[in-house]
Amino acid sequence: MKINLQDLILNIKDIKVGQKILLSGNIYTARDAAHKRIVDILNKGEELPIDLKNSVIYYCGPTPTKPGEIVGSCGPTTSSRMDVYTPRILKEGVKVLIGKGTRSESAVKSLKENNAVYLVATGGVGALISKRVKKSELLVFEDLGPESIYRFEVEDMPLIVAIDSFGNNIFNKIVL
Amino acid sequence: MRKIESNIITSTVKDLCAKANYNLPDDVLKSVNVFIPQESGTSHDILEQIADNAAIAKKEKVPLCQDTGTANFFIKLGKDVYIENGNIYDAINKGVALGYADNYLRKSIVSDPIERKNTMDNTPSNIYIDIVSGDKIEITFLPKGGGSENASALKMLTPSAGWEGVKEFVLSVVKDKGGDACPPLIVGVGIGGDFASVGLLSKKTLLREIGNANKNTFYAKKEQELLSEINKLNIGPMGMSGNPTALAVFIATKPTHIASLPVAVSIQCHSCRRKKISI
Repeated sequence: MKINLQDLILNIKDIKVGQKILLSGNIYTARDAAHKRIVDILNKGEELPIDLKNSVIYYCGPTPTKPGEIVGSCGPTTSSRMDVYTPRILKEGVKVLIGKGTRSESAVKSLKENNAVYLVATGGVGALISKRVKKSELLVFEDLGPESIYRFEVEDMPLIVAIDSFGNNIFNKIVL
Repeated sequence: MRKIESNIITSTVKDLCAKANYNLPDDVLKSVNVFIPQESGTSHDILEQIADNAAIAKKEKVPLCQDTGTANFFIKLGKDVYIENGNIYDAINKGVALGYADNYLRKSIVSDPIERKNTMDNTPSNIYIDIVSGDKIEITFLPKGGGSENASALKMLTPSAGWEGVKEFVLSVVKDKGGDACPPLIVGVGIGGDFASVGLLSKKTLLREIGNANKNTFYAKKEQELLSEINKLNIGPMGMSGNPTALAVFIATKPTHIASLPVAVSIQCHSCRRKKISI
């Protein structure tokens, strides 16, 4: 199902676990170091350099962009490392998280409480995902190198709904 | 004595950094391709994305994965080699710094594990050197991503645990963490030695090609037994169930103390990049 970001956020209750979607819209990249810095800024009561309300955070640290290209290789990183920051980040109004792999109980609870969803992309296919990025811009935290925050404009990014806004979790459905 | 200029090592390493990160080894791709027609639904889609990604990366010289890894080098250094104008460690690290900068690979190393400041050139690399006979230098490069490395584990078992204890530990590692480590996995198992050496032993198994059977028939059977048990866990590609959870299990052993049975499990993601070259 093709969906643009505004429609997804507006109809977030209709997004159900297991759905395959092709997402279009603007998303922020942020991984470990950027999360730590965001939470540090919030804890100090200072203002963030980016607006997180109704935003998407993609757990990704891309490779540098070659001259003439839009972006480098840009697949998802392991989401569970961000679990500890997730409740605080979602409180700022982030509606969609994108990464790979399982989430902690507290992250799932926090998604549910904040009416947000968690989507997964395939890990290790960063070259393929880069083809769905139409624009890329380094926004803030340039000193963090690959962990800086970028804004990507994505078109038809292939994703699976792993945790919906009701807290239904695809990884719980898999019987080990 | 054969003289080799250190800058030859540097340029060779620089070239290896690019080639390994753009090209999925044939044996890995072949192994993934076997499962594509057998699977349906999500696992089929993921395996197909892996194959498509390999084609794009190769054709367009884009890194297969954004995590271009810690740069691991396994060196067989001929004892009749004399390195001129430098030493092998500096020559390799210089090659990594140039290779990662000039080929637009990600720099993923922080200088201190607590302070966490990026070194911005992906050095220092891990360099393991074995001295061998002859006058050549064989360099094998294994760029390894952090996600799969985080899923690796080590345990000091004791002798009474035996093979069953080893098996139980390997399965528990894959079950607990394998799903987040970008399966289908390659599982490298080191058994024996001591605490310090068993981890390296397990990591070195990842240099083996899929399809090459273990020369020791006992462990060849054990590899098949473990692979079959791992694939019954139904973790599946990207932990979304289905098959396969692992493409291969590789076991290596070494002598150990009468009191010990160390086991290390090196988890490798499907983006198993490795490249060997001889100078």
